[in-house]
Amino acid sequence: MDFNLIGLIRAAILNGTPLLYGTSGEILTQKSGNMNLGVEGLMFMGGAFGLCGAFVYDTMAGDAALGAVAVVIAFLCAFLAGVVGALIFSFLTVTLRANQNVTGLALTIFGTGVGQFVGELMRIRVGGNVSISNGLKGAFSGSIFPEFMQNIPVIGPLLFNYNVFVYIGVIIVLVMYWFMNKTRKGLYLRAVGESPATADAAGISVTRYRYIATCIGGGISALGGMVHTMTIAGCVWNHNALAGEGWVAVALVIFCLWKPLNSLWGSMLFGGLLILYLRLPIPFLPTQIYKIVPYIATAVVLVIVSMRQRKEDQPPAGLGLNYFREER
Amino acid sequence: MTDERHEKTPLIRISKRENMSKTNIWLIRLAAFAFALFLSCFVFMTAGANPIEAYQTMISGALGKKSGLRQVIKVATPLLGTALALAPCFKMKFWNIGAEGQITIGAMAAAFFAINFGKSWSSPILLITMGIGAMIMGAIWAGIPAAFKARWKTNETLFTLMLNYIAIGIVGWLQGGPWEGKKGSQVIPNFADAAVLPKVLGVHCGWIIVLILVVFIFVYMNYTKHGYEISVLGESENTARYAGMNVMKITVRTACVSGAICGLVGFMVASGANQTLYADVADGVGFTAITVAWLAQLNPFAMVIISVLFGILSKGASSLQTAMGVPSSVSEIIKGLLLLSLLGCEFFINFKMTFRGHEAKKSKEEA
Repeated sequence: MDFNLIGLIRAAILNGTPLLYGTSGEILTQKSGNMNLGVEGLMFMGGAFGLCGAFVYDTMAGDAALGAVAVVIAFLCAFLAGVVGALIFSFLTVTLRANQNVTGLALTIFGTGVGQFVGELMRIRVGGNVSISNGLKGAFSGSIFPEFMQNIPVIGPLLFNYNVFVYIGVIIVLVMYWFMNKTRKGLYLRAVGESPATADAAGISVTRYRYIATCIGGGISALGGMVHTMTIAGCVWNHNALAGEGWVAVALVIFCLWKPLNSLWGSMLFGGLLILYLRLPIPFLPTQIYKIVPYIATAVVLVIVSMRQRKEDQPPAGLGLNYFREER
Repeated sequence: MTDERHEKTPLIRISKRENMSKTNIWLIRLAAFAFALFLSCFVFMTAGANPIEAYQTMISGALGKKSGLRQVIKVATPLLGTALALAPCFKMKFWNIGAEGQITIGAMAAAFFAINFGKSWSSPILLITMGIGAMIMGAIWAGIPAAFKARWKTNETLFTLMLNYIAIGIVGWLQGGPWEGKKGSQVIPNFADAAVLPKVLGVHCGWIIVLILVVFIFVYMNYTKHGYEISVLGESENTARYAGMNVMKITVRTACVSGAICGLVGFMVASGANQTLYADVADGVGFTAITVAWLAQLNPFAMVIISVLFGILSKGASSLQTAMGVPSSVSEIIKGLLLLSLLGCEFFINFKMTFRGHEAKKSKEEA
């Protein structure tokens, strides 16, 4: 059996990167007390609009198309799609005080619909599979480091041989950690999520923090869909390629106990578990059972955390609850 | 004087409103409905279709022919059944979003009997056993998170969500492993005839079961001791405790009732509609039903209307794809828009907005 550890780690990281975006975005959202169950929808929107942006640029620029520009365009399109989706969510739950669970599910239905609609429409317009030119594909999946660094044994493939999105994802998470734990604004954000009434009494605008955190978080989550479509799926729109990805990200938020740094190894672990069956078949253990391990692990973590009642491991106390100043 | 007051009063003041007339409430909802259909016009236009023509195609595709109508009922049946199942849970403020998993695991239990005893048992006994098995498994699948919620306050939204994927994974494993038909096909063979729900008026008789459930849930929620306990617990856990209710028992019992009905839906889908089992048996129904239940304000009769409407949308969209080349995912977009705008409109029913200028005028008039 052909099995190498470096290859497995690389695959886990590449497969975990979309989850890293999805999860870190949702952590930011949930830290503000908004439980956006629409991640699945946001990721679909990000995937479809990211591909759409790169595709339109590719056809318009023709041979003069630059890889870096395509990456930036895909990035922005996906992020904006996510922000718009999250804005709908925030408007309904924060301003119009609709139930968060139901609104999130509605957003999932809407977002997956929009994503698939855009993907299908592109396919109908082109009259076949939507795909961008090979030169641009390289910009999405190729490494950004010079060749000699990639060729260093062990360290090269493990550290320097990933697409640009892996590194951006890690930077986003580190910045988020710094923001939440080391800055005053981050403290305010956590206060809004833990106890909106207290935050409000201290003069912090609950509405503003929830809006901004949810929108930026939604944008980051949507990037995950784009990264999945442009790297793992090979820049092709596939009707069900993204299915379930957003829900895994939601599970991962719990698994990571709402801590950004945990999402670095958590996403790698989940990403690895979801593809492990392709690389490391264990005799007597059916491959399908591999796929439910992440969910079982998450459920176990959830149960243990609720039993132990350690303060620093709990979900934000105000999670899922809308704040009405009048009902204080 | 007035300037100073302007600075202190916010532009819009929001306060609770309780005395809106029924007509007005329904007018607002109707307006939200129309608004969503209006927004959907733009979606049709991006796809290069005339919106009016598109709506006509959808309606005639869904209601014009008998086969279309059957398809509508086929889609609406599990949706309605699951929405009904969720009503007691939501009334209790127990956020069961695990209907998807409860349907899947129920379907699995039903399939177990269908596969093992399909050839040896007579049809009525087999079908009843399948239904009961499905209900028990569904109840267990909902009871686990409820027990943890009652004992340790484990977050039920997240726990039930995880159980969805575990159930789907288990069925996926059965489908490709122990229950696989032809080796390598990844498909469970069709059930024997004895294990298939009989048809009434061209659709499997699940729709009759579901209509009976409508009445059952209505009575259960409004005219039984259980229903009363559920609504007290939903309003305030402390009140329930003070009144001497056993909170743990009520929580677990209600979740089990809900899970059992979801399991029954799983049985109906597997035995009636698909006549086999596969991992995608719930196919998002568990999630969509949550929105159906919520939009109906947990009223069983309103759920009938909404789930039929969703059925019309799905069927209409698939005829739209064949007739006009509009991607059928348009039905998801319309559903999403309907849900979002109806969710939003509740605000205008429950709250009253007072504008700054308005109030000043009023006080002047009063003076």
